[in-house]
Amino acid sequence: MATTLSVEDLLDAYRTMKTIREFEDRVHVEFAKGGIPGFVHLYAGEEASATGVGMHLKDSDKLASNHRGHGHCIAKGVEVNGMMAEIYGKKTGTCHGKGGSMHIADLDTGMMGANGIVGGGPPLACGAALAAKMKGTDGIAVVFCGDGASNQGTTFEAMNLATVWKLPVIFVFENNGYAEATASKFSVACKDIADRAVGFGMPGEIVDGHDFFAVHEAFGRAAERARAGDGPSLIEHKLDRFFGHFEGDNQNYRPKDEVKRLREEVCCLKRFSAEVTQQHGVSQDQLTEIDNEVASMIDAAVVFAETSPDPDAADLTTDVYIKY
Amino acid sequence: MARKITFQQAINEAIDQEMGRDESVIVMGEDVVGGSGAEGEMDAWGGVLGVTKGLWGKYGDRIMDTPISEAGYVGAAVGAATAGLRPVCELMFIDFMGVCFDQIYNQAAKFRYMFGGKAETPIVIRTMFGAGFRAAAQHSQCLYPMFTAVPGLKVVIPSTPYDVKGLLIQAIRDNDPVIFCEHKVLYTVEGDVPEESYTIPFGEANIVKEGDDVTIVAVGRMVQQSLEAAVALGKDGISCEVVDLRTTSPLDEDTILESVENTGRLVVVDEATPRCSIATDISALVAQKAFGELKAPIEMVTAPHTPVPFSGTLEDSYVPSPEKIVSAVKNVSEYTK
Repeated sequence: MATTLSVEDLLDAYRTMKTIREFEDRVHVEFAKGGIPGFVHLYAGEEASATGVGMHLKDSDKLASNHRGHGHCIAKGVEVNGMMAEIYGKKTGTCHGKGGSMHIADLDTGMMGANGIVGGGPPLACGAALAAKMKGTDGIAVVFCGDGASNQGTTFEAMNLATVWKLPVIFVFENNGYAEATASKFSVACKDIADRAVGFGMPGEIVDGHDFFAVHEAFGRAAERARAGDGPSLIEHKLDRFFGHFEGDNQNYRPKDEVKRLREEVCCLKRFSAEVTQQHGVSQDQLTEIDNEVASMIDAAVVFAETSPDPDAADLTTDVYIKY
Repeated sequence: MARKITFQQAINEAIDQEMGRDESVIVMGEDVVGGSGAEGEMDAWGGVLGVTKGLWGKYGDRIMDTPISEAGYVGAAVGAATAGLRPVCELMFIDFMGVCFDQIYNQAAKFRYMFGGKAETPIVIRTMFGAGFRAAAQHSQCLYPMFTAVPGLKVVIPSTPYDVKGLLIQAIRDNDPVIFCEHKVLYTVEGDVPEESYTIPFGEANIVKEGDDVTIVAVGRMVQQSLEAAVALGKDGISCEVVDLRTTSPLDEDTILESVENTGRLVVVDEATPRCSIATDISALVAQKAFGELKAPIEMVTAPHTPVPFSGTLEDSYVPSPEKIVSAVKNVSEYTK
């Protein structure tokens, strides 16, 4: 695919995708060892989606995420040491250990929060878009939903509101084929989630979510439309997750060897690497150098998290209110 | 200068003054303007009971009609609050919390804590509550105990035109999420209200009548009912102190406990249903922290454990009346071990 992106941009994209993959693969390993508490939902396999979108976002743009949010955080610029420490529940975490994997937020970079409630994010993104519109900025908001959230009433209400108020918000549905253990083929009543855009008076598009370039291009169009004041869009990324719904999921609802086959056939990193080295003037050495940098960065993040202190006992009751 | 205006005019004036003072204050809700997209007049309703009437003419796009999608627009107000606006969002009836509660208690209320103290969500959700309009079971409830139970929310229940103005201005300037509960029967009540802007702090109960024999703790419309009872009881020689909580979260424990230390007797009056209510909450507080001061068991005057009935005869007997309060006060006054 032709691209207007520079080699530097392409290397940035690769760095982000690789960081997400390495981060998630490592969390998977550390979780299995027992070092990580709670519920953890991994994003590996979906990296092109967050990265292709994130490259269009400025710090002043807002992103509302979901329970599978690590990739969105990294693509929005949240720093990985803080994220890893948060997942470990440490005081040095992005949220000082009070949020955890499902609630990582970094308002300074426009990351409005992962969210433990399926369908929690779409109304919030509408609000962020409303704020940008009322302040007269060209800011936009994006919300990532899964196929599961595509069936929530909050999502429908938010999409309707977005068109009624002509908000600069983009609904990205990451359809990985499963809402927990239930197939989207069963739970989504229409053929494609993108079909629903018609009902809410906005354009809807289906994109191969394993293809960074397709994601980047489609979101670019939607972002331009939103920034120009032409209202919301819906984009459906068809993609796959390489781990279970959460860590500990035995995935017996998936065909045997499905993940093994997907890792071989549709890995967005493999595809991106082949494409940029063959067509866009990126060398394998450049990619290998990034691989090494990222591996050290994630190693360091795990060490940082493991050696960080727990929150203080007194932190239990702080930050409930600003003033009470 | 103070002049007499109604409770609902005082609400309108508070919003008007805050919108004039701070352009980040916006208003949204179902028919808060009325007429959007229709071929007749704009500002047709100004809210279902006309509370926000006239604001659209002054502030235009900063007051917005919404689709009937409470989860959608309440959530949008929450998101806008995290992004620098100060939305005053109207949930027409508190009974409608069921269709948008997630955005309030899982989102707005928890951001600051979950995000390690970094989020600010300065939203006010104004909502009508209470029986007395023959509006039946889904438009008459007192659901403020449910909000009061949620850490991260502040809950305000004003009882007079003066209080509603000062408390609402405080709510709009407050940086935490505030649930602002307006009893619909109070909308037409008149009282002295200063024209100028003023605030009333949260967490400071108001002793609306001093007395020595029995403490009556009440909120919202029940403050007026308690005062009526207190006047009647005064004629019988029983001196009641009436404490208006003003806010149930934060709660002014000190004023309640000091009053009970003085009187030794407590009646809590709450229009909510009796289980897990403000009445049980205050009773538990006093039983725990002022047990030794009590000269009689605590009495609670509440609605029965039923939905709100439609029939006027039934609804009138559902709401705690001055007569029931008088009877409860007499019980605690006459109690002997």
